[in-house]
Amino acid sequence: MLNIKNLHAGVDQKNILKGINLEVNPGEIHAIMGPNGAGKSTFASIIAGKEDFEVTQGSILLEGEDLSDLSPEERAHKGVFLSFQYPVEIPGVTVTNFIKTAINQTRKAQGLEDMPAGEMLQKIKTVSEMLDIDRKFLSRSLNEGFSGGEKKRNEIFQMAMLDPKLAILDETDSGLDIDALRIVASGVNKLRNEKNAVIVITHYQRLLDHIVPDFVHVLMDGKIVKSGTKELAYELEEKGYDWIKEALK
Amino acid sequence: MELKEKFISSFLAVDDYLNEDSVLHDIRSAAIKNFEASGFPTKKSEAWKYTSLKSLLHNDLSIFPRQEATVEFKDVRKYFLHDLDTYKIVFVDGQYSAFLSSTTHEGMDVCLMSSALTKDKYKAVIENYFNKVAPQDGLNALNTAFAKEGAYIYIPKNKEVEKPIEILNFYTGAESSLMLQPRNLVVVEENAQVQIIERHQSLSGHAVVTNALTEVFVSQRAQVDYYKIQNDRPEASLIDSTYVKQDRDSVCSVHTFSLGGQLIRNNLNFYQHGANAMSIMKGITLIEGKQHVDHNTLVHHIAPNCESHQDYKGVYDDNATGVFNGKIYVEKEAQKLNAFQQNNNILISDKATINSKPQLEIFADDVKCSHGCTIGQLDEDALFYMRARGINEKEARGLLMYAFANNVLESVKIPELKKRINRLIALKMGVQIGFDL
Ligand SMILES: Nc1ncnc2c1ncn2[C@@H]1O[C@H](COP(=O)(O)OP(=O)(O)OP(=O)(O)O)[C@@H](O)[C@H]1O
Ligand SMILES: [Mg+2]
Repeated sequence: MLNIKNLHAGVDQKNILKGINLEVNPGEIHAIMGPNGAGKSTFASIIAGKEDFEVTQGSILLEGEDLSDLSPEERAHKGVFLSFQYPVEIPGVTVTNFIKTAINQTRKAQGLEDMPAGEMLQKIKTVSEMLDIDRKFLSRSLNEGFSGGEKKRNEIFQMAMLDPKLAILDETDSGLDIDALRIVASGVNKLRNEKNAVIVITHYQRLLDHIVPDFVHVLMDGKIVKSGTKELAYELEEKGYDWIKEALK
Repeated sequence: MELKEKFISSFLAVDDYLNEDSVLHDIRSAAIKNFEASGFPTKKSEAWKYTSLKSLLHNDLSIFPRQEATVEFKDVRKYFLHDLDTYKIVFVDGQYSAFLSSTTHEGMDVCLMSSALTKDKYKAVIENYFNKVAPQDGLNALNTAFAKEGAYIYIPKNKEVEKPIEILNFYTGAESSLMLQPRNLVVVEENAQVQIIERHQSLSGHAVVTNALTEVFVSQRAQVDYYKIQNDRPEASLIDSTYVKQDRDSVCSVHTFSLGGQLIRNNLNFYQHGANAMSIMKGITLIEGKQHVDHNTLVHHIAPNCESHQDYKGVYDDNATGVFNGKIYVEKEAQKLNAFQQNNNILISDKATINSKPQLEIFADDVKCSHGCTIGQLDEDALFYMRARGINEKEARGLLMYAFANNVLESVKIPELKKRINRLIALKMGVQIGFDL
């Protein structure tokens, strides 16, 4: 589904990603871990199409199609979803109105009519119940004054509403309390099927108890320096990153 | 001959034919003298530092049309709030159009200034209120000297007017160089309520200058909600001066939607003469090209326990220029005041400019006064966030600008009007928004 080859990218004169290779197949869950500043969020936002970064080498293919010339919205229309590490506040637009607009713009791009209002309401109801989100919450301005955990839960609400092919969750676990983590993780699991895929970026093995990865990658200084199965996450939790650094020398 | 001299000499001719009683005659004579003394405002005066009328005030301008123009309803239909029943006072090139209007004398007067100025039954109100709150210099004096038409609205005690009143001024362009002088008087007696929507609309590409003057008197416990739609063609210019005098426990709000015009200058002035008065001023400015919008506000707090709220939002594209000059003047009697002023601006193009200047003069010691001003661009992170969720860039920009202006629209009390303004804004942004804010 996602095929990334030798991806180099940066901003101004600074190289941030230095040759990333990654292949994600339908139905898989990949975890990316790595120290602060390694380039995890940069990697995620480049897949989502952030134009601040310049891709200097390599390619990103989604279902065989090169994404490099596509705008962020076109990528979203093709099923890419990024749950932001720092969701942005949009005062004056309610959660409901925002998600309605996002869904209908996506449908329009796919040549579909607007989602009928009744169906939209029903979907909002189902998803907010699944994620244990208070309805009152949905009429508040998007992310404005939301607590850290509320913002993250709201990201997953949007993900569930948009039902993407490829979801990238950038530190969705940080800020969530223990119960919320369980609710959000089970929400993500419910959305999984053999046709979609998830990339979870996290610092903590704990999340991976709930969203169990097929592969774990270690991203350091702009490169994937080690890949393994879920056991690798336990090892990192226990030993940190120094031993990998040492091994690389 | 300079324009000023031309106007002064034409006053003599008009003076004869208006044939008014001596009170009014005296007012007009004094006004033309004041105009002669002060002339048109220039950039030398502090209040006009950023707005020049020079290019508008050319010598061909005349005050009265030589011929009577007519318009057909179908050509102006879209400028009315047609999904809502309203009273209508309509003028075409400054002349009353009975055919487009729907006035009333039942339990109140929603009619014409020209009858109010000449008929005996209005004499008492005119003597008490006409020209009693607008300072008499420059453009106001010019208006007072020449004004013969406009809206006259008198709402007696305890009357809640059941539907809004629309004041529409159409300009046909049949004559290409008019400087119109509409004059409105709104008197709202104790505990009465009224909603007014005012619009100036040019119907052709000819340049027109409108020098409008409105006086509003809000008696104790009365409430007035005034909405100004300024969405004219880029050749039309408007100087809109409004003076509101409030008694105790009254509420008055003025919303100004400045969405189009060559030059728009709003002089909006509130005088709070009674305790517990509340004044609300809100504005959305959304302009492009070489358009210019200047908001000049004043709240004069004279009595204790009063409030004033000002919230102006501006979005400027291309070479558009904006000015916000908000003055809050607090007399020493105006204790326990709560005055709030906010002016937020977004410059879409790097050639657009805004000059924002708050002025606070406070002589009371127990007051809460706050003001804030921001000038920025659209939030790029928010744009990326929205686009990453599938919202097209254009829509995302539109939505952000909508959101930016949203809280000003929130206080519009007429749902049909709110919808209309929403649509006008969407149209200007070139976006389709699937919901009303
Ligand atoms: N716009 C930018 N301009 C300059 N440097 C940037 C920019 N964006 C990211 N960087 C730098 O790139 C590096 C990688 O940042 P990134 O946010 O991708 O790290 P991360 O792996 O997500 O870290 P964390 O675990 O703390 O979230 C950092 O050194 C960061 O300062
Ligand atoms: Mg990060």
